[in-house]
Amino acid sequence: MTLARTLLLTGTAGLGILCLVPLALFLALPENQALFWIGNILARALIYGIIALSLTFLATYGGFVSLAQMMVAGIAGYVLAMTVQGAVPVIIGGFGYPMAILMALLASVLAGLAVGAIAVRTNDIYLLMITLALAVGFYRFVESNIDLFNGYEGIRNVLGPDILGRRFRDPMVFYTIASGTALLLYLGVLFLVRTPFGLALQGIRDNPRRISALGYNVVLHRIVAFGIAGFIAGCGGVLATIYNIGISPGSIGLGATINLLIMSVVGGLGHPVGAFVGSLIFAIFDTFAASLYDRDRFNSLIGAVFLVIVLISPDGALGLSRRLGRLLRGKPKPGAPPA
Amino acid sequence: MSGATAATVILNGLTLAALYFVVASGFSLIFGLMRTVNMAHGSLYLVGAYIGYAVFEPLYDRDLWYAWYLAILAGMAAAALFGVLMQTVLLGWMQGQELRQALVTIALSIIVADQLLARFGGTPRQFFAPDALFGSTALPLIGNYPTFRLVQIGVALAVGIGLWLLLNRTRLGLMVRAGVDDRPMLAAMGVNVPLVAVLVFALGAALAGLGGVIGATAQPLAQGVDARFLLTALVVVIVGGMGSIAGTAIGALLVGLAEQIGQALFPTYSVILTFLIMVVVLAIRPQGIMGRAR
Repeated sequence: MTLARTLLLTGTAGLGILCLVPLALFLALPENQALFWIGNILARALIYGIIALSLTFLATYGGFVSLAQMMVAGIAGYVLAMTVQGAVPVIIGGFGYPMAILMALLASVLAGLAVGAIAVRTNDIYLLMITLALAVGFYRFVESNIDLFNGYEGIRNVLGPDILGRRFRDPMVFYTIASGTALLLYLGVLFLVRTPFGLALQGIRDNPRRISALGYNVVLHRIVAFGIAGFIAGCGGVLATIYNIGISPGSIGLGATINLLIMSVVGGLGHPVGAFVGSLIFAIFDTFAASLYDRDRFNSLIGAVFLVIVLISPDGALGLSRRLGRLLRGKPKPGAPPA
Repeated sequence: MSGATAATVILNGLTLAALYFVVASGFSLIFGLMRTVNMAHGSLYLVGAYIGYAVFEPLYDRDLWYAWYLAILAGMAAAALFGVLMQTVLLGWMQGQELRQALVTIALSIIVADQLLARFGGTPRQFFAPDALFGSTALPLIGNYPTFRLVQIGVALAVGIGLWLLLNRTRLGLMVRAGVDDRPMLAAMGVNVPLVAVLVFALGAALAGLGGVIGATAQPLAQGVDARFLLTALVVVIVGGMGSIAGTAIGALLVGLAEQIGQALFPTYSVILTFLIMVVVLAIRPQGIMGRAR
């Protein structure tokens, strides 16, 4: 199948799902419940799915499990909150939303490039450790700094621009924008990995020495991949900040960083769609876990689920469904080692 | 800054480095032999500290002098036991799958932190050092300085020397060093490598537990401390070099001093100094100051 055809088909299918799901919800549920699902569960799944996509992109095609993606999204969120008109307290202020969002995305790309440059000579588990250290360190910096980030309290009142006379945070408006962004980024990733750049990146993942011997600049490819992931995370960060009406250190702390990793792993690090599968599972779980188990012990529950997934299916829900499918069709399992 | 203040800041840095060394040496030891990045190392610190506190409190209420010493033993034993369980039940059979092990320990750290919160609540706690280690000691140039902080340095020195002797002068140490270099060969020589791994895990975890009780005597114990000490252990071994005790000591010194000096000079930007050190080391020596190139 040619690339254009793949993208067209995936795009149509994605658009169909993203349009049909809300429609089905409106048909199946009373209006207020359907709006709750769209505004609180689907929108959240899309936002964090976008941020998780940046991690899944790096992990799947580059082999980098970066824990700094929540931090990069947070940098976009903070730059937006710092620069935009109307945010409380005023740190820099004075910019309209288009300009502020542009600066936020620029900042997230730069942050992604910086993370890539710092981690460029390390691999695997070292990369995980270094990016985690960066993420937690940035969190502690933000939490203790009042001048730039307003410390523990964070920056509030980032409402987003009005879209065609309707509030940005209106559930249907937000859902439309979030799903459009998610679909474009998802297709963008599928496109990118078929380009020469994407192919070189996957070659580097499999055998950096060989690709280097072929004349490719391995270091540059890796850093650029982190920059692209930074852009993806930044889009998610901007949306998350508007969704949460602001940003505070808690939204980029260790807990948030780990939650993002949980989403990606639970969904599956084998394909970009895993990011959205994982974030949807997480959002549903997050919303309804309280009624399944002790409300205060949500973390124990999510930790236990995460543990079980890692133990039985290291490649997440995607791997699980693939394995179930093979089992049902009675095919022997391939000898591929788990992730 | 006056000379006395500068000396105090540096001494504070050294005492903090001592605590970091105790915690991070356990992390580094486990990584060195098994290539396991134990993301639950901060949880082991918490387990040691909270179990130690559960032992300490009733004894302290009865005014028994050995309450704190018993807490140290209990904290180390609890952390070691937990570490052994982790290694035998979960991590041992996925040896070699580093990322999966890291994910498992992350899941564990989430569960442990939450369960400890459920058992012990969110109120900060602090050990009271025994009378012999309490109060202050007069030092030249600085004046009176809390005795317990000096004890911290003593503990770190004892741990450092003890680990050096263990690794370089005992049969177990020989096996550990051989295992770091070539695990399959060690197994082929007839050594029970999984058993050595469990022992090393117990030792590394016990050091985290020791750090937990010492740390919770010097500064309050609360939720979120696990993240802080995990981060510190990560940065210390990244800077110092994985699996090297000397490297861990150097890393702990750099990070401890940077943190204290940074806080004295530019309080709200001090974290950046720590990360500057990490970035510079990574740029020049990706394997860490004392780490060996892979």
